Amino acid sequence: MRILVVGGGCGGTILANNLARRLANEIRSRKVRITMLSASDKHMYQPGLLYVAFGQMMPDELYRDQLSLLEPTIEFHVDPVEQFHLDQNRVTTKSGRTHEYDVMVIATGSRIVPEEVPGLVEGSETFYSEAAAVKMFKRLREFEGGRVAIVVGVPHKCPIAPVEVTFSLHDYFKTRGIRDKVHIKYHYPIGRIHTIENVAKWAKPEFDRIGIEYETLFNVKEVDVENQVVKSEEGTETEYDLLISIPPHRGMPVIERDQMGDGGWIPTDRYKLTMEGHDNVYVLGDTTNLPVSKTGSAAHFEAEVVAENISSIIKIGTPVRDYDGKVYCFIEAGHDRATYAMFNYENPPDLKAPNKSMHWFKMSYNKMYWTSVRGLL
Amino acid sequence: MSDFKTIDARDTFCPGPLMELISYMKTAQVGDTLELLSTDNGTASDVPEWIDKVGHEMISSEKIDDVWHLKVRKLK
Repeated sequence: MRILVVGGGCGGTILANNLARRLANEIRSRKVRITMLSASDKHMYQPGLLYVAFGQMMPDELYRDQLSLLEPTIEFHVDPVEQFHLDQNRVTTKSGRTHEYDVMVIATGSRIVPEEVPGLVEGSETFYSEAAAVKMFKRLREFEGGRVAIVVGVPHKCPIAPVEVTFSLHDYFKTRGIRDKVHIKYHYPIGRIHTIENVAKWAKPEFDRIGIEYETLFNVKEVDVENQVVKSEEGTETEYDLLISIPPHRGMPVIERDQMGDGGWIPTDRYKLTMEGHDNVYVLGDTTNLPVSKTGSAAHFEAEVVAENISSIIKIGTPVRDYDGKVYCFIEAGHDRATYAMFNYENPPDLKAPNKSMHWFKMSYNKMYWTSVRGLL
Repeated sequence: MSDFKTIDARDTFCPGPLMELISYMKTAQVGDTLELLSTDNGTASDVPEWIDKVGHEMISSEKIDDVWHLKVRKLK
């Protein structure tokens, strides 16, 4: 049995490690082989980028060697897939090699596409890459006051990020003693300030309390960089001195190129996590088209289900679990308080008041992630 | 040629039905029809409000067996 894992991010790594442990005997007796293909020899802890943007973490804290995170029985290649041949159960890679499989897991993730909004690249700061987060921090340090606008592209990874960065901006300027010189305006695509109703109910009075203006039904259409104006699809506009953006995302180009899903999102069964029309192909994390948050947390819980099912199919011939839509998101409510949202397909999140202990739990998790991604936590 | 696509946003809290619709609308072509399925009652008012404000066309809205079916057409 040849298991091919395409993608070495959060979901792919947890899946591969979990499988390698469950199938240790089968791997030892050469009945099973696990191969991972990734675009990089480094693994990034992406939630850390928000902290880099506020000078609270250094970029080198975000990385580990991918090989150091994998069970030694996993065959690892830095050689991304260039083409999927689903009808032949094989892929070809950048180096020209072919990998055949019996079962494949696709966890190629997503990418930012700020260039799809005219002016967004030149006109805004963001924290969705290492270079951008460092640049954003330097810009924040230089900022002495004025109008800060936050805009949100769709779809985007980490749905909590818009409110987190807003609270962090408030605390950052307050700490610097210039909050009274900064006007913060938050813009959000739908008709309330967060897509999760209970998060919106909690955040709205918090925004009111700390003096953050908000405009809803604002889908960023273009940025007039010269005149420092951001315009919405809905016909409104906001002037700014500093524009912070959550950029829109797409799936990886290879997914679109091979016509496996519009926008790079693969049509996926919401319970089995198999690719529609391909029972031996599973899809994890951001790569799916599921109506589930694009977060490491969703990828993590999905990976556990897929690993358990692939393992049980090999051992007893049948899957044993469905994915129930579980997601757990920390929510930083500034620099010293946090809460969390946990939900699934059936149960909405029940938000608790933010407190310091949850913030310190999140800070600890920033380190514990490396245990989590090894499949130990 | 215009396309018809169904978006299954039943039983979802994040990103939620309207955010799903906005996402699909971005990759649709002008003239395409999108049908949004949602179990969230708020969708019945949220979607028409956005469609009206942004300037697309609301074709129909009906609840069948506890699922909202909202059809919209991309106009720009």
